[in-house]
Amino acid sequence: MKSLSTEILVIGGGAAGLSAAAEAAAAGAKVLVAESDLHLGGQLVKQTHKFFGSKDEYAGTRGFKIADILLSEIDSCKENVEIHTNTTITGFYPEDGIFTAMRGEEKFFHISAKKTIVATGAQERLIPFPNNDLPGVYGAGAVQTLMNVYGVVPGKRVLMVGAGNIGLIVSYQLMQAGVEVAAVVEAAPRVGGYWVHAAKIRRMGVPILLRHSIKKAVGDQVITGAYITALNDRFEPVGEESYMDCDVICIAVGLSPTTEILSQAGCGMMYVPQLCGLVARRDRTMRTSNPDFFTAGDASGIEEASAAMVEGRIAGLSAASSLGYPTEHGKLDEYWGRLQALRSGEAGARICQGLECVLVNRWEDVSNG
Amino acid sequence: MADDLDLFNSGVLTGEREGAVLPDRTLWESKKGGVVLVECPQRIPCNPCHTSCPTGAIRPFADINDTPKVDHSLCTGCTLCVASCPGLACFVIDLTFSGDKALFKLPYEMLPLPEKGQKVWCLNRTGDCIAEGTVENVTQPKKDRTYVIHVSAPKEVVGEFRTIRAVK
Repeated sequence: MKSLSTEILVIGGGAAGLSAAAEAAAAGAKVLVAESDLHLGGQLVKQTHKFFGSKDEYAGTRGFKIADILLSEIDSCKENVEIHTNTTITGFYPEDGIFTAMRGEEKFFHISAKKTIVATGAQERLIPFPNNDLPGVYGAGAVQTLMNVYGVVPGKRVLMVGAGNIGLIVSYQLMQAGVEVAAVVEAAPRVGGYWVHAAKIRRMGVPILLRHSIKKAVGDQVITGAYITALNDRFEPVGEESYMDCDVICIAVGLSPTTEILSQAGCGMMYVPQLCGLVARRDRTMRTSNPDFFTAGDASGIEEASAAMVEGRIAGLSAASSLGYPTEHGKLDEYWGRLQALRSGEAGARICQGLECVLVNRWEDVSNG
Repeated sequence: MADDLDLFNSGVLTGEREGAVLPDRTLWESKKGGVVLVECPQRIPCNPCHTSCPTGAIRPFADINDTPKVDHSLCTGCTLCVASCPGLACFVIDLTFSGDKALFKLPYEMLPLPEKGQKVWCLNRTGDCIAEGTVENVTQPKKDRTYVIHVSAPKEVVGEFRTIRAVK
């Protein structure tokens, strides 16, 4: 079986992975990026809206343009970077330090690496309701991929479930594509995403129904409508259900970090609700309890892409540095300064609470188990 | 008021909240080109309104999460912030347009793009039609497909009119 080896393996070619690869390659390390999709860029390539943040995180620039910026940065040190798209890392075998990889569905090979950065992103959550297996029920990521990558609208009239940033942004993008958004239902008493994203669709007449959720989908062969219901303070259905015509139900109820590889590598893991799931404990360099593994981006806790890119930079810098490549003094502190700035708003307070649980000062001081 | 709070929590600016308070009327009426209203009441990490402002009217941020503060006396109504704001939360309103009409310069990212001379519906923050307006100009200050639509509409709706819908 074919076998590849590299100094730094970056698993995932999205916002965090590309930033990590660019940073490590610029420091002189040999980097291999494994991306399961056909294209690099991860979620960035679907983001047609302008990003928040500061100039350092390309604020005011549309997400897919940011992917281009990162790719051209990688291109400028391409002698150090090997890219493998359509390549899924299927497992890690700690006894011999080998990753198994699959290109397409037929080519299998091994990869060995001195250091690994796990930037595998996240998976969408779904909620159970009757008929949620009918065609027409989509995750928000699928709707974005259909529309913004392939130019296909998912339907004519959409019920959006969830008013976090993804639910709000995808609603806006659906309207840009000429699709009607019947309503956004949100179980919480306020929108979870940025208020300005909600304002954008409210002023175009989209109702955002707080303390509401979907009760069941309606349809024979495909979705033709949905029943929604109000919720009380304990998230229990109250009052009469109301019917809504729609041919698409789009689910945007949150993400969970993708961390299987970290678990297989024996990294110390912790379930942290504020970071939306099971994540690896890490120090300020994004190093996990396994000194050869680093984590960054949504795989280390669900957060904005702007923060994922900075975390990727930190992981790339640290991985290169741990291999002896000289890195600029003070860069780690600079990146932490940026992260702290990004995290000092309303949404950031929750992230900071979560990080307090998983961040360790020095691994030497942490007792085993 | 619970209803007011519910509205606000679903993305509708209400009451005397930051952003909803209109600029000093005397100053506003003296400003040819108009002044900006920034409807951004939540602390989020974002500052392109300030970094795009060529006159310093949108004051420097001590912390990137601060909500924008505007010195309306410095604002020229240039619309660079309107085109730069990722939240589409900046609106320029020029009260000097005519006796009974103001010129609204609003961010727009929908298709088809309205054309000069076209009649449009003026929508408030919940999408209700509150007046009819006329498109006076369409610009693209940043050449990045966030357009700024200049619409003339009755002065009575300055506190409410925030986006348009094409008249069919």
